[in-house]
Amino acid sequence: MEVLRNKAQDLLAQGQAQIVIGYEAGTGGIRRPSFARTAADTARLVWDADCISNLAGYLTRPEIKRMGKTAIVANASTLRALLQLTAERQLAEDAVLALAVAEDGTVTELATAQAVTDHVAALPDALSAADREQMNLLASMSREERWVYWEKELQRCIKCYACRSSCPMCYCGTCTMDCNKPQWVPVPSHALGNLEYHTVRAMHLAGRCVECGECGRACPVGIPIHLLTCFAEESVHQQFGQKAGASAKLDYALGTFRPDDKESFIR
Amino acid sequence: MTTILKISAESLEALFAALGDSGRRILGPTETDGRVDLGEVQTPAQVADAHLQLTLSAKEAVFPRVERLLSYKTMPGKVELNDAEPDIQPTVLFGLRPCEASGFGSLDSVFNWDSRDKFFNARVEQMTVVGLSCTQADDACFCTSVGGGPGSTKGSDLLLTPLADGHYLVEILTAKGEEIQALAPHLFQPAVNEDKEALLAKLEPHFDREALTAKLPGLFTSELWAEQSLRCVGCGACAFVCPTCACFDIQEEADTKEGQRLRCWDSCGLRQFTLHASGHNPRSAQAERWRQRIYHKFSYFPQRFGEAMCVGCGKCTRACPVDMNLKEHLTQACGT
Repeated sequence: MEVLRNKAQDLLAQGQAQIVIGYEAGTGGIRRPSFARTAADTARLVWDADCISNLAGYLTRPEIKRMGKTAIVANASTLRALLQLTAERQLAEDAVLALAVAEDGTVTELATAQAVTDHVAALPDALSAADREQMNLLASMSREERWVYWEKELQRCIKCYACRSSCPMCYCGTCTMDCNKPQWVPVPSHALGNLEYHTVRAMHLAGRCVECGECGRACPVGIPIHLLTCFAEESVHQQFGQKAGASAKLDYALGTFRPDDKESFIR
Repeated sequence: MTTILKISAESLEALFAALGDSGRRILGPTETDGRVDLGEVQTPAQVADAHLQLTLSAKEAVFPRVERLLSYKTMPGKVELNDAEPDIQPTVLFGLRPCEASGFGSLDSVFNWDSRDKFFNARVEQMTVVGLSCTQADDACFCTSVGGGPGSTKGSDLLLTPLADGHYLVEILTAKGEEIQALAPHLFQPAVNEDKEALLAKLEPHFDREALTAKLPGLFTSELWAEQSLRCVGCGACAFVCPTCACFDIQEEADTKEGQRLRCWDSCGLRQFTLHASGHNPRSAQAERWRQRIYHKFSYFPQRFGEAMCVGCGKCTRACPVDMNLKEHLTQACGT
């Protein structure tokens, strides 16, 4: 922890970063995002196995961008999202200094997209064992059973948009959900409104989701909505052989035509 | 005048049966997959055990997330307009925490402010609140800082406090509470020398709400709000789980032949909140929306109605994806 705090302090003191985004202890000791802009702020930074949330969503926020160069304490999810945001040209290559903290507390500076790419390549799969089990369970269901499952889960949705707001890839300036001239998707959190919202979001994350699970963790009513976006992502992976969050140079599979694309989905 | 009695666990079960026989629906906290929802129950055994709070709030019982206000059909030369009538049945809300129960007072101030809301009032009239005192609290709780308490009777028609011997102390607080007692008076016993205070959770106040309200007008341009809101991701979870947040949005769902007008929960956390038709938004940054949340609850509302629009339940803190702890932020504002 001291190594990380000292590193953050040095970066701020030497002007290599104007803000360091990391984690601090929150209510009841849980880990929450933290923003260090002064030496005193760095004392709040913590790092341990509970620092699981994806912090990359803050990188595209105008309030943060205005502050200058950003360094970010990055777990695997944050690093993958950083690469994907770079690939989608939301962040300039090498605009962000990622700080990867090892189990022994040592800090590695990942200053370039290439360094992040190499680091991520050595990391284990994004999905937890429990999520993988749920994904397999859903895959083993019939189409009707899956419909019943999602109908039951989505009826709890209150359309608070915590999933969207927590997702680093949901950076659209104006989300389709917020368009009201014309209004494409029903606003109320009734069955149709909820179904359309989550289907549209999952489709928009197909080929872009880094499988961090942040949307599912953010949901106040416990809908495992990340299983839907992860499914969409893995479907693209299977069909087009590329994975979001693996490289800073990635063409959006659903927005790119290649002569050798499989066309088996056209029936 | 409050009547203080006690009831055994067995008698409570019989009371549930009597409530059912009287045609009342009982809604209580029920647990599913670690979540506590307000669900229909028939016996006390179905009520969640040792839960701290509902995940959402009981405001749903009087202010649902989607309410149809009217519907219409257009025909050549005329429009057929139908007012919606709320589908109401006599309901007992059982086992609400005192904070949650007191939230109905805030909602009442809003829904009966300049006109009487038909839907809200129809439900409240048919509703009886059986509160349940808190014997535990967590780091998000701060009811004692906003005028409430773990055993507060405000908003309850009848308040239960668990006693060490498995009985409940029963405070009968209103005429509606007396009606419940009158359904089965034999189930209640006299309570002698029970020390209610000793049974309650201990929760020290963290800040002085009136001092905060007095201070806020001078902090409007403070950097504090930008600093506090840096972490906020701009969703509506806090407002939607809040027992007192009453902002709503009117949505029209229509095609060329028919339509309906719906009232839906809204939240100041969302970027479309207060977006004008011109495209201008007076609260275009998250810092301004966060400030609005604090000021509405602790400055504007108390100025108008004399009380904070917050019961200190801490639901917003627990629901927040990034732990925007309201107690902590208000305490910080008091010290600024």
